[in-house]
Amino acid sequence: MLNDFLILMKQELMITIIIFILLFLKLGNKEIKNETMINFVNVLLFINLASGFLMQQEGDLFGDMFRTNELLTFEKNLLNLGTLIISLQSYNWLKEHKHVPEFYILLLSTLLGMFFMISSNNLLMFYLALELSTIPLAALANFDLEKRRSSEAAFKMIISSAFSSGLLLFGISMLYGTTGTLSFAEIPAQLNGSPLQVFSFILLIAGFGFKISAVPFHLWTADVYEGSPVAVTSYLSVISKGAILFVLVSVLYKVFSPMNESWYNMLFLISVLTMIIGNLFALRQQNMKRFLAFSSIAQVGFILIGITGQSNEGSTSVIYFVLIYIFSNLAAFGVINLVSAVTGKETMDEYKGFYKTNPVLSWVLAIALFSLAGIPPTAGFFGKFFLLLAGAGKGNYLLIGIAALNMVVSLYYYLRVIKAMFMDTNENPIEKVRAGLSPRIAMVICVAGIIVTGLMSGAYQYIFSLVK
Amino acid sequence: MNLSILILVPLLTALALLPAKGLKQVRAIALLGSAAQLALCFLLFYFFQQERAGGNTEAFLFQNNYTWFEPLKINFHTGVDGISIAMILLTAFVVIAGVLVSWKMEKMNKEFFFLLIFLSLGAYGYFIALDLFTLFFFLEVAVIPKFLLIGIWGSGKKEYSAMKLALMLMGGSALVFVGLAGLYFNTDINGAHSFDILQIARMNISTDVQKLFFPFVFIGFGIFTALFPFHTWVPDGHSSAPTAASMFLAGISMKLGGYGCLRAATYLMPDAAHEYSTIIIVLASIAILYGAFATMMQTDLKYINAYSSISHCGFVLLGIGMLTKTAINGAVMQMVSHGLMTALFFAVIGMIYDRTHTRQVAQLGGLMKVMPFISTVFVIAGLCSLGLPGFSGFVAEMTVFMGSWEKADSFYRIATIIACASIVVTAVYILRATGKAIMGPIVNKEHLSLGDAGWNERLAAGLLILGIVVIGILPFLLKDLINPGTEVIIQKVTAAAGK
Repeated sequence: MLNDFLILMKQELMITIIIFILLFLKLGNKEIKNETMINFVNVLLFINLASGFLMQQEGDLFGDMFRTNELLTFEKNLLNLGTLIISLQSYNWLKEHKHVPEFYILLLSTLLGMFFMISSNNLLMFYLALELSTIPLAALANFDLEKRRSSEAAFKMIISSAFSSGLLLFGISMLYGTTGTLSFAEIPAQLNGSPLQVFSFILLIAGFGFKISAVPFHLWTADVYEGSPVAVTSYLSVISKGAILFVLVSVLYKVFSPMNESWYNMLFLISVLTMIIGNLFALRQQNMKRFLAFSSIAQVGFILIGITGQSNEGSTSVIYFVLIYIFSNLAAFGVINLVSAVTGKETMDEYKGFYKTNPVLSWVLAIALFSLAGIPPTAGFFGKFFLLLAGAGKGNYLLIGIAALNMVVSLYYYLRVIKAMFMDTNENPIEKVRAGLSPRIAMVICVAGIIVTGLMSGAYQYIFSLVK
Repeated sequence: MNLSILILVPLLTALALLPAKGLKQVRAIALLGSAAQLALCFLLFYFFQQERAGGNTEAFLFQNNYTWFEPLKINFHTGVDGISIAMILLTAFVVIAGVLVSWKMEKMNKEFFFLLIFLSLGAYGYFIALDLFTLFFFLEVAVIPKFLLIGIWGSGKKEYSAMKLALMLMGGSALVFVGLAGLYFNTDINGAHSFDILQIARMNISTDVQKLFFPFVFIGFGIFTALFPFHTWVPDGHSSAPTAASMFLAGISMKLGGYGCLRAATYLMPDAAHEYSTIIIVLASIAILYGAFATMMQTDLKYINAYSSISHCGFVLLGIGMLTKTAINGAVMQMVSHGLMTALFFAVIGMIYDRTHTRQVAQLGGLMKVMPFISTVFVIAGLCSLGLPGFSGFVAEMTVFMGSWEKADSFYRIATIIACASIVVTAVYILRATGKAIMGPIVNKEHLSLGDAGWNERLAAGLLILGIVVIGILPFLLKDLINPGTEVIIQKVTAAAGK
């Protein structure tokens, strides 16, 4: 029993151990230099990532509240990887910060929440984990302590996530009322598509929609992304979104499979709206963080298309895309994070002439943006292609056509950044930014990931074999 | 022969460029790489002819089929027929000429040659692909380097042109994607779907499905080849691009579209090709006529060549739309011929611009006296463009006309006559430009001190002229090469017509 417990929950336990180590270090009255602390945590996170690949087992715990299998372990590994990359990238920002241990404790708590959420097999467990993963995030959003925008972001975030949690709870309680159970395994048999169930489902989707910032539940996103420190923004847009998407796929595919007609239409509508609105707003943004925020809204629209596929190819393409999205978006955020930490510059105009002074960083950002836009030979092309292909499997070519045209629109704003960096001239461009070792390692991981995950089909096939 | 070498050589060249320092090293590597490409393409041509002479009648030779994304049945399937070989040779010629005319590129030269070589990688991959996914992959690979080449090294309103080109071509790809996805899900091979061109060709896809998705694929590829009314990126893109990029754009990139229309649209959906042939012919005729008349109004040499490209590429689409064997042969020959001719034209315009710093016809004059070599090349390119016998342009256009005249209906006759009439207009603008810019008295006295072409420019022009003249005098070389390839396509088309 204890053995089972240790092995099945090994990823959660690892995170908990790291949190406790950090707590003890903080409580001990020894002064530790920030640099040492960050490097130490990075090593721990690396060990944490590596250990995730060992001893994969399938099983459930706590009376079927918690379950795990190879697919879920893999999803958690992806989140671990993303967290490690973000931690490496924030080196320059964090080393000036007064509260390094707290930052990591909060960050890892949310990660722990996401792990439980992915593994949850019961609506109560799911809700509990969701709260664990969102409340510390609001504190993190406030982590640029002396900036007013940062507090504003935190406040907006806590209000909107409380609201969405309310919707979710309302939905859960109604679902419980109509089905008499909270267990994911038992709900499908009780679903009969009655109006009340559809209504509760709508509420659930609205709750999910808030978390992944799908239109029309996206209004909080841009302000929060802009106000938060870049590290937190990238965490919000990649890790937390990725985790919710994993859960969304498994909830829709497993729990709500009897109602797939009605959720197909709902997702169709949401994904079209999300792509169009996200793209239209991204067109005009000047702040790089805001721009990436809206572009990530549009990306969610594409991901939802993959979910509408309702097939193994569909869920594979979603997980595959999240993997690629981790690399691409984090590469972009990495550069922005570095530039923002060193020079404080964040607007697109300030990026004019960036290539003259920082050729390597420019190429990294360019490759990341090409991947986000879905241009080959970067992985983003493969990711988008498979998402749309999975969606086309249902025979809804209207949706695919709209998505393909949206890709053209999105190309415009990604190319705007490329144009600013490579083609425009600037009187006083961003000076040469020196990246430390950690951000460099993170960048190499991201760029290698962007190039390799697509061209080599290994990752896709591995995920496909897990999904089956 | 493993066709992947064709992708590997440009890839290695591009990688070798990364550590290079200084213009001398960079251009040496680029020249070496593109020379290797050319040699390799001739070798491929030789092996191909050997195989054919040895009695190998298979439609596609040197096939290799690697599994890529197994769960989706996506393979990296390569193979060539005569049409691909012709396009591959064209690519090799244009790329080496492009490297040679950019010999003195000062600004960010490493990036410039890297992107140029990367473009050629996309083109080779595209022409050897026998899997629609691979085809689409390489089609899109070529979009972004074009954007950067125009936006960074271009002239005039370069950012606008670069953005317009990238977005319109992406729009084309988006349409192609919808069409390809539609085809994919309507194939059935033991319960699985396939992107494989040969497998789809063997299958009978229902006429309704074809009618639905043919327009997507055809218009999508058509945008690449300046199908009216989606031609508007051509004049801006070509005239803003640096010389080598213009050569590549007009010489190869526009041919990607024509090749796709033939290989993916007409070959795989022959029923729909019959259904829509009238519309294609109407649009192509408009493009031919409109392009020719629009050229008459231009005063900038690059705009003249860009608009005339719209007209010339109209012949390609006209040939494809006619759906007779001779006409399709003509279309392919026109692709090769126009590729070489327009690359030569842009090269020579670039040479003139480098010396005189103007492309306005009115500001030039009497260039024959100061730069006889460049002027002669200009005249040759012009004569080829207006279809003088002895050059490739005549052969290709003549074949298209003969092919379209085979259709007895008065509609086809009228289209053919319109297309023929455009040649007169072509003669007007070419002769006028030549007369004003090359002949006559010297307009600007400062031009007297200008020098003639250097060795690199002579070599580039010589290579392209060689291609034009060889096709012009020995057209059977090209025709025999592509004939088995078009035969395969026309068989599908006739079978569809019989239904």
